[in-house]
Amino acid sequence: MSEAESKDVGSEEPVRPGALDDVVRQREIGRRDFLKYTGGGILVFFLAGESWGARRELPTDFNAFLRVGEDGRVTCFTGKIEMGQGVMTSLPQMLADELDVPLESVDIVMGDTALCPWDMGTFGSMTTRVFGPALRKAGAEARAVLLELAAEQLKAPVDRLEAKDGAVFVKGHAENKVTYAQLTQGRRIERHLNGQAQIKEVSELKVMGKPTKRSDAEQKVTGKAQYTGDIRVPGMLYASILRPPAHGAQLKSVDTSAAEKIEGVQIVRDKDLVAVLHEKPDVAEKALKEVKAEFDTAEFPSDDKTVFQHLLECATPKGREVQSKGDVESAGKDAKIAVEKTYYNSYVAHAAMETHSALAHIENDAITVWASTQTPFRLQEELSQVLGLPEEKVHVITPFVGGGFGGKSRNLQAVEAARLAKLTQKPVQVVFSRAEEFFYDSFRPAAVVQIKSGLDESGKLVFWDYGVYFAGERGSALFYDAPNLHTTAYGEAKAGMEGHPFATGPWRAPANNTNTFARESHMDILAAEAGMDPVEFRLKNLADERMIRVLKAAAEKFGWTPARGPSGRGFGVACGIDSGTYVTTMAEVEVDKETGHVQVKRVAAAQDMGLVVNPEGAAMQMEGCVMMGLGYALTEEVHFKGGEVHDANFDTYKLPRFSWLPEIQTVLVENKDLAPQGGGEPAIITMGAVIANAVFDAAGVRLFQLPMTGERIKEALAKHA
Amino acid sequence: MADNVSFTLNGKPTTLNVDADRMLLWVLRTDFRLLGTKFGCGKGFCGACTVLVGNKAVRSCHLPVTQIAGKEVTTIEGLAKNGKLHPIQQAFVDHGALQCGFCTPGMILGAYSLLLENPRPARADIIKGMDGHLCRCAAHKRIVEAIETAAQAMQGGK
Repeated sequence: MSEAESKDVGSEEPVRPGALDDVVRQREIGRRDFLKYTGGGILVFFLAGESWGARRELPTDFNAFLRVGEDGRVTCFTGKIEMGQGVMTSLPQMLADELDVPLESVDIVMGDTALCPWDMGTFGSMTTRVFGPALRKAGAEARAVLLELAAEQLKAPVDRLEAKDGAVFVKGHAENKVTYAQLTQGRRIERHLNGQAQIKEVSELKVMGKPTKRSDAEQKVTGKAQYTGDIRVPGMLYASILRPPAHGAQLKSVDTSAAEKIEGVQIVRDKDLVAVLHEKPDVAEKALKEVKAEFDTAEFPSDDKTVFQHLLECATPKGREVQSKGDVESAGKDAKIAVEKTYYNSYVAHAAMETHSALAHIENDAITVWASTQTPFRLQEELSQVLGLPEEKVHVITPFVGGGFGGKSRNLQAVEAARLAKLTQKPVQVVFSRAEEFFYDSFRPAAVVQIKSGLDESGKLVFWDYGVYFAGERGSALFYDAPNLHTTAYGEAKAGMEGHPFATGPWRAPANNTNTFARESHMDILAAEAGMDPVEFRLKNLADERMIRVLKAAAEKFGWTPARGPSGRGFGVACGIDSGTYVTTMAEVEVDKETGHVQVKRVAAAQDMGLVVNPEGAAMQMEGCVMMGLGYALTEEVHFKGGEVHDANFDTYKLPRFSWLPEIQTVLVENKDLAPQGGGEPAIITMGAVIANAVFDAAGVRLFQLPMTGERIKEALAKHA
Repeated sequence: MADNVSFTLNGKPTTLNVDADRMLLWVLRTDFRLLGTKFGCGKGFCGACTVLVGNKAVRSCHLPVTQIAGKEVTTIEGLAKNGKLHPIQQAFVDHGALQCGFCTPGMILGAYSLLLENPRPARADIIKGMDGHLCRCAAHKRIVEAIETAAQAMQGGK
């Protein structure tokens, strides 16, 4: 979320079109000079992450900064964005603690390329994990500057001073104080963080670790929160764009004469881009239906049934080695029990409730683009290339994003809006229809995992040979103890005609959902083969103390009692690691043997994510992961044939709904000595396997492919019988 | 074909000259600039565009505007009175019953209609009544809890 100028993001007022004046002013300034316009006070510039900042000409050595303004308020400027994950609340919590100010005194300006320094994007659970520590250090640095200034003012050495509620006072003499506003008045002090600043000890934290309400909640329940599609500028047009029937199809001919007859319609054609524009979005959409077009379609070798075979054929024989230990080949001969299985995972859509949206407005020789994006700076670069404009003439603003999950790292809609704005010389908004959203989504890649494994007579792993095809390697490394171990990732997870017929990309905890489904299903099979309780079996093969603690915490919450599977109870367990966070999930399901329908009755998830910044936000993310994860476990699957995507809306593509809601319990396993780890993604990775394992425990059938639709379960039951 | 359509919008009598076949969603968002009502799917599958017509929750994305002639339409902007949040809105805030917030206005109006019809719903009633509303961030647990709290808060007859 970002606002023109440095207005309080936390205030009730949404971004209004009236703020455009400020936007225009900002754009004229250009990014090269933006530091001059950051106002007075104390500014701390810092670099979050290893090497991202240095690639830019300007600014060169930082990618975020914070300001203690002349009014004593603290503002963080960051290229990160808010899409529901709650960092708009948790990042200010960090600053409130490090600077000893009330949370209400902290503002955050996000995802605005003119006001915020360069940032790679919001993904990978990195905001808290990577950006957070740097932000806290910057807060500590600003506090140190304030204490130095106060020492002068109060004529007392720094070690006799204390800061509280935005003021500094002499210890034991609360009346002898000076506020931050008084200290910063009329000054401009710039500091570049050199990594020396000392952040607070865990025991000193007052705001971090405390359950905190979302700062954006009130705007969102009143309808005032502005998303990209809600931005209005005078004279704007709405575009509906002609789409091909399939990926790879080429436009052969187009007839727009009928559409042109509709009053107020403007048609634009530029190479492959054919658009119908109107001052009312629904009229543009209607007029597009009058456009007649013919396409040449291309041949693609696979559909949703044959894609797995196709992927295996596409994979290069030599993969990327992730892990290697001992000798898998010869250990295989000594195993008492050997199990070899293959797992399949279908394409899954992001399906955020807000479709990709953008508004492009060209004035003079510069462009402002509002976009629902997880990557505003990457979009700025892309627009600069497409339009042939220098980057300082391209201003990207990110209002509230209505869900991303990785899908809004791709910005086609914004490029199209910008091209149309250039062609028409009018402000143009593009809001994808739901069908466009499915068609142009960068799906979570379909993938195959092959596992060969063996146990000794005591039930300990003796070898583990793991190959993942086309999902990616995140989450593929084995954390169970195996003396002989080989993990390899084959094929690219990215888009490419070689493997996937359409774009694929990161989807909440990319690769890890696939890898955890395969690994944890396989561990369950091994437990059953060894005649052991699945939890006991995992504990026997774990040396990692963190995972042992998390597994035990989940078992306690869930009330797990040992039994050999399938016990008929419908209990499942799965463990995983993502973004530095350890998770164990347990579930109880009921399987309707007539219909194959799975009802998940309850889920308990335990998570060690290091120091928890906002326990309320963390629980919310875990609950969301559990519920969203039921979708890819049970129903979500993109149906396609060649380049044609057969799912265009929520009638065939089935998301989790209220009637699916299990009882959800979450546990945050305390580990305050570890810095905060990822929170938005980890708890979703276990959902495929925990349900597959619970289905096995309930019905005695093992599903090797996600999603576990009623049809597939019925098929498995029939085979089993 | 343009028609004059008169209706009450958030308590105010309104007349609009509008093409009869336009859908209420786009009239609200474009002609009235009431932007809290969201476009999610365009086919009535997701509930993001939900508004109240009378006491009934309807999907404004496929409701022709002429069908609201003479009726009372309430959008999310019409819910808070005198700067005070409606008990359902307050319950959503208190329970953290939202994440990205895009489905929230429709969710709240769906819940409002449900509670007007059934002021003391059991959990199963809430789940059944809300099943047509999608939330991709999957805040379902907290939404159900918020509606339960709101039902309690509204017992005084609101």
